Amino acid sequence: MTPSSSLDTAGAAPHGEHHDHHPSYLVDGTTIKSWLLTVDHKRIGLMFLFWVLLFFLVGGIFALLIRIELLTPGPTIMDAMTYNRTFTLHGLVMIFLFMIPAIPAVFGNFMLPLMLGAKDVAFPRLNLASLYIYLAGAVIALWGMLNGGLDTGWTFYTPYSTHTTTTVAPVLFGAFIIGFSSIATGINFIVTCHTMRAPGITWFKMPLFVWAIYATSCIQVLATPVIGLLLVLVTVENLFSFGMFDPARGGDPVLFQHLFWFYSHPAVYIMVLPAFGVMSEIVSTYSRKNIFGYRAVAYSSLGIAFVGFFAWGHHMFVSGQSTFDAGVFGVLTMLVGVFTAIKVFNWIGTVYKGAVDFKTPFAYFCGFLFFTVFGGMTGIALGTVSLDVPWHDTYFVVAHFHFIMVGATIMAFLAALHYWFPKMFGRMYHEGWGLVSAALIILGFNATFIPQFLLGNNGMPRRYYDYPERFQALNVASTAGASLLAFGFIIIALYLAYALVYGKAAGKNPWRSKGYEWVSESPPPTHNFVGPQPTFPEEPHFYVDPKKAEVPDAV
Amino acid sequence: MQSSAHTADGAAPVPRLAAHFASLEVQTHAARLGMWLFLATEILLFAGLFVCYGCYRFLYPEAWAAGSRSLDLTMGTVNTVVLITSSLTAALAVHYAKEGKNKMVGIMFALTLLMAIGFLVIKYFEYSHKFHIGTLPGRYYTYEGMQMPGITLYFTVYFCSTALHALHVLIGMGVLTVAMIRAFTKADFGPNNFTMVELGSMYWHLVDLVWIFLFPMLYLV
Ligand code: HEM
Ligand SMILES: [Cu+2]
Repeated sequence: MTPSSSLDTAGAAPHGEHHDHHPSYLVDGTTIKSWLLTVDHKRIGLMFLFWVLLFFLVGGIFALLIRIELLTPGPTIMDAMTYNRTFTLHGLVMIFLFMIPAIPAVFGNFMLPLMLGAKDVAFPRLNLASLYIYLAGAVIALWGMLNGGLDTGWTFYTPYSTHTTTTVAPVLFGAFIIGFSSIATGINFIVTCHTMRAPGITWFKMPLFVWAIYATSCIQVLATPVIGLLLVLVTVENLFSFGMFDPARGGDPVLFQHLFWFYSHPAVYIMVLPAFGVMSEIVSTYSRKNIFGYRAVAYSSLGIAFVGFFAWGHHMFVSGQSTFDAGVFGVLTMLVGVFTAIKVFNWIGTVYKGAVDFKTPFAYFCGFLFFTVFGGMTGIALGTVSLDVPWHDTYFVVAHFHFIMVGATIMAFLAALHYWFPKMFGRMYHEGWGLVSAALIILGFNATFIPQFLLGNNGMPRRYYDYPERFQALNVASTAGASLLAFGFIIIALYLAYALVYGKAAGKNPWRSKGYEWVSESPPPTHNFVGPQPTFPEEPHFYVDPKKAEVPDAV
Repeated sequence: MQSSAHTADGAAPVPRLAAHFASLEVQTHAARLGMWLFLATEILLFAGLFVCYGCYRFLYPEAWAAGSRSLDLTMGTVNTVVLITSSLTAALAVHYAKEGKNKMVGIMFALTLLMAIGFLVIKYFEYSHKFHIGTLPGRYYTYEGMQMPGITLYFTVYFCSTALHALHVLIGMGVLTVAMIRAFTKADFGPNNFTMVELGSMYWHLVDLVWIFLFPMLYLV
């Protein structure tokens, strides 16, 4: 490795000026074409970041519209049909266009090869293709949403979805195409882990983020084809009335639910496992300690991925399932809780007696821990059949899934964004603003969704446009929380945009982390490393003595 | 960014090593692993249909028995034989590619493609017969000769799965055509460079394999 980097000096000249032979990936080619046709995983990750953020904004605006509508009983700003389309669009955009690709496609793409000491992912062109497949699917789905819209909710339950006159076909077809992007990314990452690890990186020396992405990719590859088929069948049925899930023609709508949740339950782990991976990196870096129980954390990712496939029936406790099935699915659901608890205890064990450096990403870690534990506990409660029956399809469920999957994912996404911002752009953001906005977001999130737990417990059903007077106070509280949340996001957007241009130069390893990705320059050169392929003699989370603040740059 | 080093002209086929792989073995291993994973997803795609098949078969055993008896067993059997044979020629193409016999690779793929066309022609006759008598899915079912609960669903499953399979036949034909043209015009397959032939014929084996499931499911039992 070249020992010094000009970016280490504060207020350094624009990127790359001193790197004539090895310009950073950001400036290596500045034409539009050099971005749009790039096969560099880092640029692809960055382009994913752009689109994912854009779709997050779209989904967020629709979330606020939902909340404003629910501010008062009866019509507030839209009619009932528009409301149905709004929450469908919100759910669809957030799930398929934001949450599923967010961490793997952005940070997985960017960091995985760096963390494995590889020059790129195994199939760079497939990687680029997955970006465009994702965009094509997004365009088709959104076009359908704007031309007629879909009112089924993101779950497309039959037989309603096969009979509704709103535009089912393009939206479902769009989602189907996005599935291909997900599969392509998954295959790419799995093969990369298998074939591109640098000498010295054995399976059990892979950083935990890589483990998490690996487990996620396995789920993506195994589950996505099934929902792909299902989406096609529903589309065909909506267009031609083939009767596959239509009880009037002898079909079985519950079969649809089985197949749907066979994907969609594991899909929540597609969203949350990468979040767990991010947190493992962050907790180790900011506690300056080797991760407690590395193997347990790695294996529990695989464990979650595995049992996640056998828990889908908990969405169908009230579908006429036999009591025996319900019991089995209930127990399997709780197993997921066991594996998650393994992780939680290991993270806490890592922080314990660590030299905690309370930076913005660590603040998100704290929020994350709360949302995961609290959301997870409500999940265990919902996995209990006798409790799920009254809570089913109420706001309790909405609050639960927002807590666990949205809460955990958003925390991890923001944590990752802050943690790796210096790596990706070579600049530092303002720490004070970072902490302030983190506090706002965590507060806003709680204020939005804790009232929804109470609403659900009091019996307010989900996906309802109107509600009795007595629910209003809690709905107002929830909307107020949502505004706080939105405010937090605006602040983040502002100071990160500022940092992008005026931020201090970050240097190679501003957090003095032992993660492999910090071995390379910030921002890294096109092929990730200057000189020969690096070797990694030490474990990725290996801090000798946490109390010694002096942690040398990783080798 | 340069992703592959090109060969000096005229020289014997030199394998292309992409810049980001450590060695050729690793590169081939990666390609193969990627293809296996992709094929697994394809099988899972059909698995969804198999689940539908299983459920409805369980719900409507009479309709399933009557439906499968109404299919033309001869045509189905001929098609099975045709497809298995085409898989053999595809496998032979890989064998020749490893020996660098590009002309034979092209010929083998041409034979495979010919049989694929044969398969589709037979399928066409089967389909048109059904369109003619009205044994169609869902609301299009008009056949008077067979009336029982679930019979329209049998044909829904039949058409969905055979159509999806036929689509895979078409995609496979596209892949093999490209490989065939390359074998004939560029002749650059050899002991170190046969990944494309190998992966193409792996895909073709998948097409064959899926049919080997579909045939007994729909025609025999
Ligand atoms: C700004 C924060 C957010 C607010 C205020 C919010 C609010 C809401 C509301 C009020 C609903 C309607 C529930 C119903 O009527 O059944 C909903 C549904 C939903 N939200 Fe959010 N949401 C937010 C962020 C997110 C994010 C980031 C995701 C990402 C996954 C998400 C995913 C969903 C899903 C999947 C549904 C279910 C949609 C459906 O049932 O069709 N939300 N959200
Ligand atoms: Cu679930």
